[in-house]
Amino acid sequence: MDKLVDQLIIGLSVGATYALIALGYTMVYGVLRLINFAHGDVYMVGAVVGYYVAHAMVRAGEPIWLTITAVIAAAVICCAILGFLIEYLAYRPLRNRPRLVALITAIGVSLLLENLFQLNVIFGPTPRSFPPEIRAALGKRFDLLSLGVSLVLMVVLTWVVKRTRTGLALRAVSYRFDTAMLMGVNTNRIISFTFMFGSALAAVAGVLDAIRYDVRPLMGILPGLKAFIAAVLGGIGNIPGALVGGILIGVVETLLKGYLKSEYTGYADAVSFVILILILLVRPSGLLGRPEREKV
Amino acid sequence: MRNIHSLVLLCLAVSLTSAGCKKEGAANSNEILIGEYASMTGNTSAFGTSSDKGLQLAFEQINAAGGVLGKKIKVILADDRSDANEANTAVQKLINGDGVVAVIGEVASKRSLAGASVCEKYKVPMLSPASTNPAVTVDNGRTKPYVFRICFTDEFQGRINGRFAAEQGWKKIAMLTNVEEDYSKGLGSNFQKTYETGEHHIVANESYRNSDRDFKAQLRKIKDANPDAIYVPGYYTEVKLLLPQARELGLNVPFFGGDGWDSPETLALDAAQGQFYSDHYAAEDPRPEVQEFVNAYQAKYKETPDAMAVLGYDAARVMADAIKRAGKVDREAIRDALSKTKDFPGASGTITIDESHNARKPIVVLQIQDRKAKLFKTYPFE
Repeated sequence: MDKLVDQLIIGLSVGATYALIALGYTMVYGVLRLINFAHGDVYMVGAVVGYYVAHAMVRAGEPIWLTITAVIAAAVICCAILGFLIEYLAYRPLRNRPRLVALITAIGVSLLLENLFQLNVIFGPTPRSFPPEIRAALGKRFDLLSLGVSLVLMVVLTWVVKRTRTGLALRAVSYRFDTAMLMGVNTNRIISFTFMFGSALAAVAGVLDAIRYDVRPLMGILPGLKAFIAAVLGGIGNIPGALVGGILIGVVETLLKGYLKSEYTGYADAVSFVILILILLVRPSGLLGRPEREKV
Repeated sequence: MRNIHSLVLLCLAVSLTSAGCKKEGAANSNEILIGEYASMTGNTSAFGTSSDKGLQLAFEQINAAGGVLGKKIKVILADDRSDANEANTAVQKLINGDGVVAVIGEVASKRSLAGASVCEKYKVPMLSPASTNPAVTVDNGRTKPYVFRICFTDEFQGRINGRFAAEQGWKKIAMLTNVEEDYSKGLGSNFQKTYETGEHHIVANESYRNSDRDFKAQLRKIKDANPDAIYVPGYYTEVKLLLPQARELGLNVPFFGGDGWDSPETLALDAAQGQFYSDHYAAEDPRPEVQEFVNAYQAKYKETPDAMAVLGYDAARVMADAIKRAGKVDREAIRDALSKTKDFPGASGTITIDESHNARKPIVVLQIQDRKAKLFKTYPFE
């Protein structure tokens, strides 16, 4: 029983960061019907920014809690700007082109970021760690803290979407893009907002994982992929769905590693992906997604 | 416009053919070209940078003393970014682009295997400083004619790790291996063969992959098996994440592993203090070869050399010695000389290359104390 509780906490904590990244995928898909494959790399950029700020502040002898706040704030701001730029420079000029064009551009942006950050002048390919002081200050509470931060951010996001005018506009754009535009919604502004919000959430996930593990230029690939699958599993375009999907993948993956027969624990990822495929076979629109009716 | 195009094409063609025509080892010049491929950047960059430092030091000393056969040795370094595919390309470039006479590299077995296949194809002698997987030099019972190493193998290291665990009085061992690395799997299976007898049991045998950064699920499972110690035959990049995670779960039994642990990053960890790992040499060894090397290295780089540095140093010197004994800058002659290396006084121990192209050398077990690696015990070759 003890073991199960421990494994669940580990799984929730791992899943919380997947969920944070998945929210960005799902929000962008909601408004643009675009899978933003560069999103996993935004998560990596958040970690890198956090890395530089953390080292500078620890060297300057600032208190740990101030450092952590500054690290998260810097990562959030930088990634929001990056998210805005990616949309503005790479996707907006292609807005009226076939969807495949934007998808391929997204892959291009992803490769660009990955390779840019492997340059030594920017970060370099060698994994680097956050200052150990930060991890030490957080100690055992870290798993619960990361889960808590993720939950708070999701509540904030839900509030924004459900209760504010921007949220209303966002829902309108995601419901019917053209009609929203005709009704006077500034769609460009809403799309920029979506990218910035999604990137900020990814930045928080990036900082959490950077504190927990380390920072590498290719760290975004696998979590990005898993978060994308989490978004699909929850029902892409559906915000609570991304949360459920992310947490579910984290928990399933951890439980498989924890309870699968010893020799197979290295293959836990493969097994968890098979489970996802099975779920999607039964519910093709995802757990919380509404099935789209075909129009004739 | 068209003229400019054809001019560019002409230039390209000329530069390509001139690169292709380069003769091996630049026989007429006063230099001997030796290629080095190493992980200077990427996941295991500590391995590449250390072995390169040792190698550069050795060639610097050799050149200062007049070089080999009256010629200076020039090293051409190719970075493989800790990637096996890149290693393959890097070795192709060294052989076909630069025309090196021999190749030194790599540390990680997977990348040495990639480089070895290229060297075998073009019949260029290759000397690995630190790859321990048996398949690097021997393929299905057939010794690769052009590939050598100056270190022990996983087979020997795994066996010694097993004996060490038994001697420590540990009755129950948990293992955690990387299923994607030949090195880790090789050590694990050889360890298991030696250790698992009578009263000694492997109570958990867990695994992970290269992309894993969270080991807590496996560690939590291991905790329930209640082992006396935990064997982690992985690389330092994994070990440095794994040891603090184990601490967090309250898993306070000793951890031990192989030479993949060797890196300043491991030594600096709080959670690594008191843990053991087997390695190629101990910096505090009083033998004159070791102390001369350690002093020269410290004077040049202002740090204590790790095992990869000493192996890079020895690989360079064994290579230079082989070229000297070959008497000419010729790939076949160097290959023959390398295979006859006997009782070479290396800093990492006396090196004799056997019929399987492996070095017969002792192994040391180190314990991490005060952020330094202290000699715990030496095991002679058997």
